[in-house]
Amino acid sequence: MTRSRVAGGTAAGLGIAMLYLSLIVLIPLAAVVWRSMDEGPGYFWRSITTPDAWAALTLTIGASALVALINLVMGTIIAWVLVRDRFPGRSVLDTIIDLPFALPTIVAGLVLLALYGPQSPLGINLAYTRAAVVLALMFVTLPFVVRTVQPVLLELDKEMEQAAASLGAGPFQTFRRIILPNLIPAMLSGTALAFTRAIAEFGSTVLISGNLPFKTQVAAVNIFSQIESDNTTGAAAISTALLAVALVALITLDVLQRWGSRRG
Amino acid sequence: MAKHVLRVVAVAYTLFLLVLPVGLIIWRTFGDGLGPFIEAMSSPSALHAFKVTLTVAGWAVLANTVFGVGVALLLVRHEFPGKRLLGAFIDLPMAVSPVVVGLALVLVYGRFSPVGSLLESWGLQIIFSTPGMVLATVFVALPLVVRAVVPVLEELGDEQEQAAQTLGAGRLQTFLRITLPGIRWALGYGVVLCLARSLGEYGAVAVVSGRLVDQTQTLTLYVEERFQNFDQPAAFAAATALALIAVVTLLLTKLLRPKDRSHGN
Repeated sequence: MTRSRVAGGTAAGLGIAMLYLSLIVLIPLAAVVWRSMDEGPGYFWRSITTPDAWAALTLTIGASALVALINLVMGTIIAWVLVRDRFPGRSVLDTIIDLPFALPTIVAGLVLLALYGPQSPLGINLAYTRAAVVLALMFVTLPFVVRTVQPVLLELDKEMEQAAASLGAGPFQTFRRIILPNLIPAMLSGTALAFTRAIAEFGSTVLISGNLPFKTQVAAVNIFSQIESDNTTGAAAISTALLAVALVALITLDVLQRWGSRRG
Repeated sequence: MAKHVLRVVAVAYTLFLLVLPVGLIIWRTFGDGLGPFIEAMSSPSALHAFKVTLTVAGWAVLANTVFGVGVALLLVRHEFPGKRLLGAFIDLPMAVSPVVVGLALVLVYGRFSPVGSLLESWGLQIIFSTPGMVLATVFVALPLVVRAVVPVLEELGDEQEQAAQTLGAGRLQTFLRITLPGIRWALGYGVVLCLARSLGEYGAVAVVSGRLVDQTQTLTLYVEERFQNFDQPAAFAAATALALIAVVTLLLTKLLRPKDRSHGN
């Protein structure tokens, strides 16, 4: 009696949750994929290979891959410093790492333009260049690798390192043989998350990149301009391509995490 | 030696990428005192944008909080087939570009879609209006409350809830007296994250709002529009207001973060 009542409650809750998700997320996303195939696979392919769309897609994937790599290195270094180093201001550093998660992306673009644009007090003008796209993506993806590596580093057993050192291993050897193998799954997960975030990015690139087709226009901006010019089928095609790339990255991430938990 | 090199690299990277850019804009806004900032923010357009932002974010946070707690309870306290799939659906919005979110909603609820035209014949306009902006904001911030509450619910266990029900407490009473106090910090953390994301959403709202000045213009859209119209003081003032909200959010989440609190207790 009790059992069936609980199961009934579960079914009702699940029904409501799925209805809510369907109306807001699932049906609209399915509509994008559906619309991209509206005029057949030939049209889909032509839509994503028009010179400007293709340039935007390749720029997005290339810049995101570069930014993911930068994050892999810099994120790990920052996480390391936050966990292993002690200096005044460390906890301030720990707090502001999350700023890109809290700051609206359009504001991120504007503040970068203020420091690295035409009126730069540093005399560095990157506005309307591909370097500006990379810079904006670096800003919004900074926390991912730091926040995935940091907890693993905190849990890491220091005794193994001490044992390695007492057996004559140098600091570099200890890092490569003892620490790095434990960190790699977290480093790669963070990198994959940063990559998915970067290919989807819109707001931070709008002001600083200038959105020049073939030069600095990223995929999301290209989709936006296609929507504005009422080419929704083309916009849907590029959106679907972008979703497919994100899906591949997320599946890779899932595989990496399972591989990591099996090793751990 | 190596230790110092890493420290300098980490601090310099954060300084040039985060601190200096954000600091510069705050300094430029307040360089001549509070007066120009207050003046820029009290223009009718800025005030209207602020009001639209608060309305949209308020509804979106309410929806995501109710949904978030409900789904977290469902995921942790109930057994059903397809649980992993539901979890994957909840995380899906994280991987979708804000512009694609906007396009997706326009395709289903826009004037030229069957659903959109039906709703419009009932006098309900979704796209280019507040409901669409709320939908877009709900979409992009969907996983935040769920993901903040789930780990705490798991850690809490259901023994106390069962004890309460054995002693005759109803479901609502159990939820209000036992479950809610147990998850309050995590819920607060999730709600703050959700609010920050909602106040700052740009891309999805840019598509579904139609960017109608003084009508569907939020604060983020106002920043962009003012900047493109060479009104730098207004753009910088609004951007600074949003940056200050972000900094407050950051400090609040630091205070509420579940894992930091568990050490304290």
